[in-house]
Amino acid sequence: MQLALFIIFGVLAVGGALNLLLQRHPINSALSLVVVMMSLAVLYWSLGAEFLAAAQVIVYSGAIMVFFVFVIMLLNAGEEERTTGSRAAYIVGFPGAAAIFCLLSFVFLSERHALGSSNVGGYLNHLTSNISEVSTLLFTKLLLPFEVTSILILVAILGAVVLARKEQ
Amino acid sequence: MTSLVAAQVPIAAYLILAAILFSIGVAAFLIKRNLITVFMSIELMLNAVNLTFVAFSHMWHQVSGQIFVFFVMVVAAAEAAVGLAIIIAIFRTRETLNVDQIDLMKS
Repeated sequence: MQLALFIIFGVLAVGGALNLLLQRHPINSALSLVVVMMSLAVLYWSLGAEFLAAAQVIVYSGAIMVFFVFVIMLLNAGEEERTTGSRAAYIVGFPGAAAIFCLLSFVFLSERHALGSSNVGGYLNHLTSNISEVSTLLFTKLLLPFEVTSILILVAILGAVVLARKEQ
Repeated sequence: MTSLVAAQVPIAAYLILAAILFSIGVAAFLIKRNLITVFMSIELMLNAVNLTFVAFSHMWHQVSGQIFVFFVMVVAAAEAAVGLAIIIAIFRTRETLNVDQIDLMKS
């Protein structure tokens, strides 16, 4: 089941990411990014992170991507046109990305025996759920960083309002 | 069929999937000419790194990696709010979303 889930949703995630790269219109790229995020949520669940799977669906594909789609709609963004500046990006972009991928996968494959394998449900002990484990650590040991992120969110809200406001 | 059901996935496979997504994100960041799509490829790279965090968290049987992913999600939400507000402000003054025409800091 783990392997079947991994193959189905891994292929879906890579296909969505390639569709983001190949589509010309930003709304198509945004919707394919939603596909990537939903399939990553399933992969998080299969790795035993139920809370993060829910948060991925609600926060990323729910809130952030709706925000992106709203901005695309608001600015009436059309298809992008090819310019001369993008040719240099093609020459540098594809070999650079391929080099990063080759380096990373070489390291991961050479260490694959030390990394081990995963199985559904074989995560922590079966007595406590993942959510209680996460929340215990978050509200005891990491309470100060958790409160600091609320200040960060507040500053981000104020900054977004100030930046997007029409100048008088 | 039973072998497929009982089969386990190596952690390295998850990490290579994350590497593929990250590389596609880097390529999209460099190649796309639309400001909003460039911003979306940054989100794709953040998601790829989150997948490596969750995979390592599974490997070590600790939830610290998942809590790091939680904080990354919070910061990504704040970043999206501020970044899209900046994009709206740029569009209001320059009337374009093409990154080649937004060259105010090019001397």
